[in-house]
Amino acid sequence: MQQAADTVTKIDAEENKATTAQHTLSVYVSNKPGVLARVAQTFARRGYNIESLVVSPGRNDEFSRMSIGVSGNPDMLDQIIKQLMKLVDVVHCIDHTFDNSVVKELGLIKILCSPDERGEILQIAEHFNCKTVDLTKNSLILMITGDSDKIDALTEMTSNFEVIELVRTGKVVMARGSSTT
Amino acid sequence: MTTTGLDGAQALLKCLDRQGIEIIFGYSGGSVLPIFDALETLDTNIKFVLVRHEQGAVHMADGYARATGKPACVLVTSGPGAGNTISGIMTAHMDSVPMIIITGQQVTWMLGKDAFQEADIFGISMPIVKHSYLVKETNDLPRITKEAYHIATTGRPGPVLIDIPKDVSQNPFTGELDQEMDLPGYQPEKASKFDPVAIQAVLDALKLSKRPVILAGHGAVLAHAEFELKTFAETLNAPVTATLLGKGVFPETHNLSLGMLGMHGTAYANKAIVEADLIMSVGSRFDDRIIGQADKFGRNATIIHIDIDPAEINKMITADIQCIGDAKAILVELNKRIQRLDTDEWVNHLGGYKNKYPLSYKMHGGLKMQHILDELYNLTEGKAVITTDVGQHQMWAAQFYKCDAPWNWITSGGAGTMGFGFPAAIGAQIGRPNETVVAVVGDGGFQMTLFELATAVLEKLPVIILVLNNHYLGMVRQWQELFFDNRESGVDLHGNPDFVKLAEAYGATGYNLKRPADVRKVLSKALEHKDGPVLINAEVAKTSNVFPMIPAGAALEDMLIEPPKTKLPKPVGST
Repeated sequence: MQQAADTVTKIDAEENKATTAQHTLSVYVSNKPGVLARVAQTFARRGYNIESLVVSPGRNDEFSRMSIGVSGNPDMLDQIIKQLMKLVDVVHCIDHTFDNSVVKELGLIKILCSPDERGEILQIAEHFNCKTVDLTKNSLILMITGDSDKIDALTEMTSNFEVIELVRTGKVVMARGSSTT
Repeated sequence: MTTTGLDGAQALLKCLDRQGIEIIFGYSGGSVLPIFDALETLDTNIKFVLVRHEQGAVHMADGYARATGKPACVLVTSGPGAGNTISGIMTAHMDSVPMIIITGQQVTWMLGKDAFQEADIFGISMPIVKHSYLVKETNDLPRITKEAYHIATTGRPGPVLIDIPKDVSQNPFTGELDQEMDLPGYQPEKASKFDPVAIQAVLDALKLSKRPVILAGHGAVLAHAEFELKTFAETLNAPVTATLLGKGVFPETHNLSLGMLGMHGTAYANKAIVEADLIMSVGSRFDDRIIGQADKFGRNATIIHIDIDPAEINKMITADIQCIGDAKAILVELNKRIQRLDTDEWVNHLGGYKNKYPLSYKMHGGLKMQHILDELYNLTEGKAVITTDVGQHQMWAAQFYKCDAPWNWITSGGAGTMGFGFPAAIGAQIGRPNETVVAVVGDGGFQMTLFELATAVLEKLPVIILVLNNHYLGMVRQWQELFFDNRESGVDLHGNPDFVKLAEAYGATGYNLKRPADVRKVLSKALEHKDGPVLINAEVAKTSNVFPMIPAGAALEDMLIEPPKTKLPKPVGST
């Protein structure tokens, strides 16, 4: 099982390297009121759309960690990163797009299904290492973790069924080895 | 030291006083009652100036900082009071001017409930401040004040806003007045540690250059780098041009000075940039007013960008060599290792342009703004502190009032804020009480903040208000003439008041100036007047245009040195 997980991680890393238009930033900030608004504004002012955003407390609760997924013009993004670094509450901002970092997401998919369909869905779920976190007579919720492409693939594979809700956390990122995130 | 007996407002003022804040420009109101009361109950060295509109207070603090290098404080009430500061804060932010703005706020338990005079000024001001605070705890005031001052004045300076709910300023203060700052994400001291590799790259590039131009900006002024810049230029024998805000950091009467470059800069400065093989910016951000068409700017030159703010590098122009740090520290380092370049031919060549395309104006055709500004320069020997508003008069003042020292030229560059000039002059005069301060304003901009005449009169400030009155919004009219078939739209200011009578109504002195022959006489009279403010209403030619001119977005080589003979296409560049 451990071996399988490692394989998945390696595949994730290679896939991640190939996607250059998609950027994954890690922004380490002081946990102060308004900091999220300042960061969001830095993107919005330049017409940049934040595709995913995860904010959570850091190891030390005086700091927070933001993992931000964006795509767009690299020169403009370079400018945005510099502007983010300029914010007084931003301790550092690192673009992890090209450094082979661990980038993961969690997804929940709610599918309406009859008992007849359930078997096929669970088969797909098993292939993707999903967990069934809710099960009723006519519905189930699958939980999937992994890189974004893996979640996209599951979404595609389940599209023949009656998917009624999809919730994704957005990407979280961590640099490998002793590198700083 | 635990302090008892103070309330939050008193602790705030004590901290501002200890930080070295010498002056507060402000306007009272409900949510700042405790702070205004503390101004009365607490003995500090802080002077308070009551203004007539909050925008005026911010421009005064701005003018004070640009004339003295020291930050001032603005104190206004919540809601509309805070809202009225916005164009002032934006102006300061665009031009990197340090100041602390304290806004009153509704009590903390009413926040977000649309209470009377509640405005989310923390949110409203967010894009136009260097940093801001909404204070929730009275005992945090000393730390926040200290941080605000530090952030406003270090690195690339800028305005910092502190929003203080009324209960926070009214509650008893039970904390320590000496508190440590907590700014893990703010490290301006990094700017003093520049990269030796970059320094070497600059030196190597300089050695190869036969046609260098130094471009001095506001950053060089803010870094107090005037002496180092002069040494640098003279040692290399390299000509220097300046941005609008860099005026004076290199003496404009110096043989190596090319004056201002850009949209209404000198022909010789713009031609120098076009022909240069090396352009070295010291503290300029390559603003769109100076570069014109970005992809053509300096395309045959090595571009060196020295800036304290890493976010300015490669923003407008891709630099061949970037050098991040304090302008003065970097010039000190460079000056140790430079020698004279082989630039005699280049300097002579540019001297030819200076002779061929001098800044000039014709004396016939009515009273000219240029004539008045030229005469003002002569009478004050170029030593007055000049503030300007925005428009034609601003550009002519930049062209004809040469500055040989920094901190004497105060103008709204980045924001282009009309209404700035007069209140900025009040702030400058308060900061430098024994010097001649002249607000050069147009009839449009002056009317946006003229009510501060009351402030100037009450403070007995001998500020000179030179209203260059063409009864037009002249710069917009110029664009309509050149690019919109002379269809005047929304630019005719008929109905202007009698400015002399207006000055007199406020208790100031006023003079009219109508004939070219009277320019020297009227200016002299105003300059001798030391008993409070004096206004000159100069009825100038109505439809003069500013040249040289580079239409917005055009390349520097497409500069118009004189009025075009044919109709021009509408500019494609930024405004």
